[in-house]
Amino acid sequence: MRPTDIGNPEYFHKVVDCQWACPAHTPVPEYIRLIAAGRHDDAYMVNWYSNVFPGILGRTCDRPCEPACRRGRVEENNGEKPEPVAICRLKRVAADNKNDIRARLPKSAPTNGRRIACVGAGPASLTVARDLAPLGYQVTVFDSDPKAGGFMRTQVPRFRLPESVIDEETGYILDLGVEFRGGQRIDSMKALLAEGYDAVFVGSGAPRGRDLDLPGRREAAGNIHLGIDWLASVSFQHIEQIGRRVIVLGGGNTAMDCCRSARRLGGEDVKVIVRSGFEEMKASPWEKEDAMHEGIPFLNFMVPKAFEHRHGRLIGMTFEKVRAERDARGRRSLVPTGEPDVMVECDDVLIAVGQENAFPWIENDLGIEFDEWHMPVVDQRSFQSTHPKVFFGGDAAFGPKNIIWAVAHGHEAAVSIHALLNGEDVQQRPPPMVHLMSQKMGIHEWSYDNEIAGDERYAVPWAPKEITLKSIKVEVELGFDLATACKEAARCLNCDVQTVFIKDACIECDACVDICPMDSISFVFNADEAELRKQLTAPALNASQDLYVSENVKTGRVMVKDEDVCLHCGLCAERCPTGAWDMQKFLYETSKAGGGCGGSLPQRRAA
Amino acid sequence: MTYLAKPKLHHPTLPQNRVCRTRRDYEGKISTLCAGCGHDSISAAIIQACFEMDVEPHRVAKLSGIGCSSKTPDYFLGNSHGFNTVHGRMPSVLTGANLANRALLYLGVSGDGDSASIGIGQFAHVMRRGVNMVYIVENNGVYGLTKGQFSATADQGSASKKGVVNSDTPIDMASLALQLGASYVARGFSGDKKQLVPIIKAAIAHKGAAFIDVVSPCVAFNNHPGSTKSYDYVREHNEAVNRIDFIPRKEEIVVDYAEGQVIEVEQHDGTILLLRKLHREYDPHNRVMAMNYVAEHQAKGEVVTGLLFVDNSARDLHEHLNTVDAPINTLAAAELCPGAATLAKINQSLR
Repeated sequence: MRPTDIGNPEYFHKVVDCQWACPAHTPVPEYIRLIAAGRHDDAYMVNWYSNVFPGILGRTCDRPCEPACRRGRVEENNGEKPEPVAICRLKRVAADNKNDIRARLPKSAPTNGRRIACVGAGPASLTVARDLAPLGYQVTVFDSDPKAGGFMRTQVPRFRLPESVIDEETGYILDLGVEFRGGQRIDSMKALLAEGYDAVFVGSGAPRGRDLDLPGRREAAGNIHLGIDWLASVSFQHIEQIGRRVIVLGGGNTAMDCCRSARRLGGEDVKVIVRSGFEEMKASPWEKEDAMHEGIPFLNFMVPKAFEHRHGRLIGMTFEKVRAERDARGRRSLVPTGEPDVMVECDDVLIAVGQENAFPWIENDLGIEFDEWHMPVVDQRSFQSTHPKVFFGGDAAFGPKNIIWAVAHGHEAAVSIHALLNGEDVQQRPPPMVHLMSQKMGIHEWSYDNEIAGDERYAVPWAPKEITLKSIKVEVELGFDLATACKEAARCLNCDVQTVFIKDACIECDACVDICPMDSISFVFNADEAELRKQLTAPALNASQDLYVSENVKTGRVMVKDEDVCLHCGLCAERCPTGAWDMQKFLYETSKAGGGCGGSLPQRRAA
Repeated sequence: MTYLAKPKLHHPTLPQNRVCRTRRDYEGKISTLCAGCGHDSISAAIIQACFEMDVEPHRVAKLSGIGCSSKTPDYFLGNSHGFNTVHGRMPSVLTGANLANRALLYLGVSGDGDSASIGIGQFAHVMRRGVNMVYIVENNGVYGLTKGQFSATADQGSASKKGVVNSDTPIDMASLALQLGASYVARGFSGDKKQLVPIIKAAIAHKGAAFIDVVSPCVAFNNHPGSTKSYDYVREHNEAVNRIDFIPRKEEIVVDYAEGQVIEVEQHDGTILLLRKLHREYDPHNRVMAMNYVAEHQAKGEVVTGLLFVDNSARDLHEHLNTVDAPINTLAAAELCPGAATLAKINQSLR
């Protein structure tokens, strides 16, 4: 194998599994350390800079960071249940416990004369506004709803996300001198472009729920609701109750929000019914868990066939029973079991089987191309459409994802818009900002806590069911208390504190090999990667994790470190007599528009 | 050194041996020796060897004297019996323990100061008597605890860290052991565990006095250009005569060697040592030749490593003394004191 180029920022970035997995590349271990140190304001600002909505995401994020977390792999075969660090809920701790941070937000800058229109006031648009307003752009955000927040406000139920948090975090952005035009739906892109905006960002989301066109749909329409619209109506208190028996169709997170909301609005017998198996359900495991905790049964392998109605009133649904089968090519299909159809009685049905994009308001002759699925043709890196001034992001760009992806899109689109309006190439992406700094303080002192906590993951406490099920507005999760937050934070392995090997200093005494608790370090003769992975002190079976390979040391061997389950405990560096190992903190930040939020955000150094 | 204990977490694929223990179960406390000390590598090699030999920790007694090396039994086999003796007196305490309970595996860990200076008399007699043990000398050529004076094994002409040249003749512990009748003599290097671990494993399986001289660089005081016990010097002058591929019994020998390259040595317990020859003419069954060979190469400044000598029909102290098979500490009063009638019979036989 060729020696690893640690000068390439992406090498160490990949070692920080959580940050690598986060679409917005939030420096997770950095803010977790700040939380452990009680520096909630600083932890909040690290988050705010990267993901814009720490309080909202700390409650609702899809947390791609957690399945990626090294802690989960490290605890494999070491305890009862391997679990990642509760990253998402620690983020909430920072948001809940911070002081007033408004003085630390960027100030609105004198105008540069450029005007940007953002369609929709969801996370993608607001991120664009946050990044561009401090640079002097006049950003106008349009939304058909009276308040900003988009999906976050209309579709995430209040018992998961209190309105005050949305008001606070959307407020931080609108206070940067962003003009918000609530209640103003954009009906024509042509008309919008004619207003002379220098760029238009479309962050209008994926607003249409997919319908199920089955027999009886029209006849019983009064008791059949599209989940996403129904949630919005609940949010705006247009709907305050539902029938006693409710069927929720679909297995995604929207279905989970629907069933739990229905439970709070008078639904006593709420069932989730899905076409395929429980395992295949798209909802996050914890969202399924939360719904099951509230006593909601999941019925699987049932394909909806018809809405049954009598005298214009829904009485139930029939389902065909199926099972999963794989064909010769390994493709999975659902085949009828031949059992008689099942009739499930109900008073209301909520359809949450997916969302569709719709852009009826974008005219055909503007040069904005759409693909065969009626999605705009958008460049994956710049988020530019085929019309140079028009950008898409969030669910409007590549279909339904989630808040953190929308934020990531918003950052990139803002970079592109800033480049476009400065006569630069939107394909030229600014490099990330990287700091690498030794953490050594003394012979065995480091400026991070390198002791490995043996604790298992702490559960977030819930408010009692008797209270939460009575009202749609009572938040279910209480958040970690500060003592538990500190203990949970200690589970973080500080994967951003990198093991840096300085080949010329090594005397091959084996001290690092002997001390490494995870058998991550080996000195072997070089070979190709597949061969090397077998020859190490412990086999490196996880091919998704890199091997850190040095140049030849004196005996002609190479140092190979398997990054997979390294604890970042620093014992290799403590036992090294010559300082050939050093623990260096790697701080990686994606560039924002104008280089670090317009240079108007204070440059943050390694803390 | 570190203040932190080694984390309990281990690699997810860490295997277990036949007595249901992982390698980590053979570890001891965290070492307080200088970072990079060769002795820590030897501890790691002992841990690895005991793991691979399915040793039960409670069936091991580790004894040592005084010095850096003699601290190391605290850093491996944390669940075994231990005895830290007076300086240089490990052999006699070990001999006594062995006589009282022959059922344990005896591991004597010592250094060049402990064995070649203050304890050289004890060393000589424990070898002569053939006490069944593994005697490991962690040999760095300096007194590390007193800041790096030459020890008795330092080579003539080698320099101290400050530049003082050693004028005394060195004692070669391996040659001494050969001369004194040790039935298993080997030399290893702390920086080469691939060689050292099988040497220790074969020594554990050997019944009789097994001696291993392990060159172990002192990173703090004897790892400089004028030293002959530095990592660099030993790597450049290492003359390995053979490589042991240790095959525990009940396992099929599947290694494929060209004819004439391998010597099979069957030990008392049925284990087989496969010796891969690196020097064609070297015969590890010939004690006199081994002594000559080591001396010749030493004169050239080379460090001969590998299995230097093994006597596969070795007898140990208990056989010499014709003791009972049961450990003496398990004998009850009736067996130890058979009564007046038996005494009268013995007396009668002596008249």
